[in-house]
Amino acid sequence: MWNRFKTWFYQMSSPPHFFEKIKGWIKWSGFIGLTLLVVGIVWGLGIAPADYQQGNSFRIIYIHVPAAGAAMSAYIMLAIWGLIYLVWKIKMVDIFTQALIPFGAVLCAIALLTGGLWGIPTWGIAFVADARILSTALLLFLFIGLFLIRSQVQPLERAQKISSIVAIVGVVNIPVIKYSVEWVATLHQGATFTLTEKPKMPPEMYLPLLCTVLGVYFLMFAWTMIQARWICLQRDSGKRWVNQWLEAQSKEKSS
Amino acid sequence: MNPKRKKKLILILSLFAGFACVFALAFYSLKGNLDHFYSPHEVLEGQVKPGQRLKVGGIVKDHSVEHSEDSLDVTFIVTDTLGDVIINYTGILPDLFREGQGVVIQGVLNEQGGVDADKVLAKHDENYTPPEAAAALMKAAEKQEQDAAKKYSNQ
Repeated sequence: MWNRFKTWFYQMSSPPHFFEKIKGWIKWSGFIGLTLLVVGIVWGLGIAPADYQQGNSFRIIYIHVPAAGAAMSAYIMLAIWGLIYLVWKIKMVDIFTQALIPFGAVLCAIALLTGGLWGIPTWGIAFVADARILSTALLLFLFIGLFLIRSQVQPLERAQKISSIVAIVGVVNIPVIKYSVEWVATLHQGATFTLTEKPKMPPEMYLPLLCTVLGVYFLMFAWTMIQARWICLQRDSGKRWVNQWLEAQSKEKSS
Repeated sequence: MNPKRKKKLILILSLFAGFACVFALAFYSLKGNLDHFYSPHEVLEGQVKPGQRLKVGGIVKDHSVEHSEDSLDVTFIVTDTLGDVIINYTGILPDLFREGQGVVIQGVLNEQGGVDADKVLAKHDENYTPPEAAAALMKAAEKQEQDAAKKYSNQ
């Protein structure tokens, strides 16, 4: 079993092999993710009951929570990949990093925007400088910083190194985001879901939320892999397997 | 693992651990400054001087909200059960503002120990309940109270 995994791992680290083999994974995770997201959003925004205090404005949770959670997970992933890249120099891992950064940035921006949108009717204000919101804004800046390092720093190897280090260092922000609502007094409410207690909402409210959360994770995987395929082509341009693939593509088009 | 990589891994992890410790200590010592608001008892203890701008967070005390009849003036008490602070505010209150609800007040501490507020923000918690369930819970609580009262009067 371990040996099979090892072979699979080594094969997947080679761009031409990855380029072909990942297609099926993308198709399935994209399909599952999209279905879950649509079901979760329709269910959450249209069918689930309103909150007795906040009314319909609480429904923004069905977008806010998956975006924020996935953005944090994406950043943790970037830090782990950064460490792997610095130590083992696995090129594929760096390709995933480059693919995931923009997606994480967009998720983080969505989390901040929907949070502000939710704040207007409930708190009476869109943006306050509390610890949860400031640390999430810092997360967005970290994503943007990583993106800029990768697009501005030359040569590529230098950019990879710097962005890996920034990703690892910045991961200390993640526990701050997560626990800010417990450690310091914030306007932001606490976590509805914890590992130790039962959810602070009934199943007819959290099931659609579960759908959108899982959906976003599946889509994050699909999107990262789609982008990773194109980055493979880009980085290996001029190599034989890329030329072969381009030829096959143009043949398909002309026929 | 080859020794060169092992060395590198240990180096990065120990550097990170060192950095994380420094960060954690700095965060811990600055924690008080990161609080978004004071509690009413902290205001009463004199952590804020009159004339100073501040934010106070707590629960709106039951039966303390008094609206003025001919203006938007409103006064109410914010409490954390350890202390009460009187709030004066002029303007429209957020939808979620009600007695028993958490609020955060921005304003200036006045000489009487109350706060002249220029912003009232409603704080809500992480519990979400459908209206029917909330109504049922309320009814159950009421019934229990009535039953208790009945029992008491029968004795």
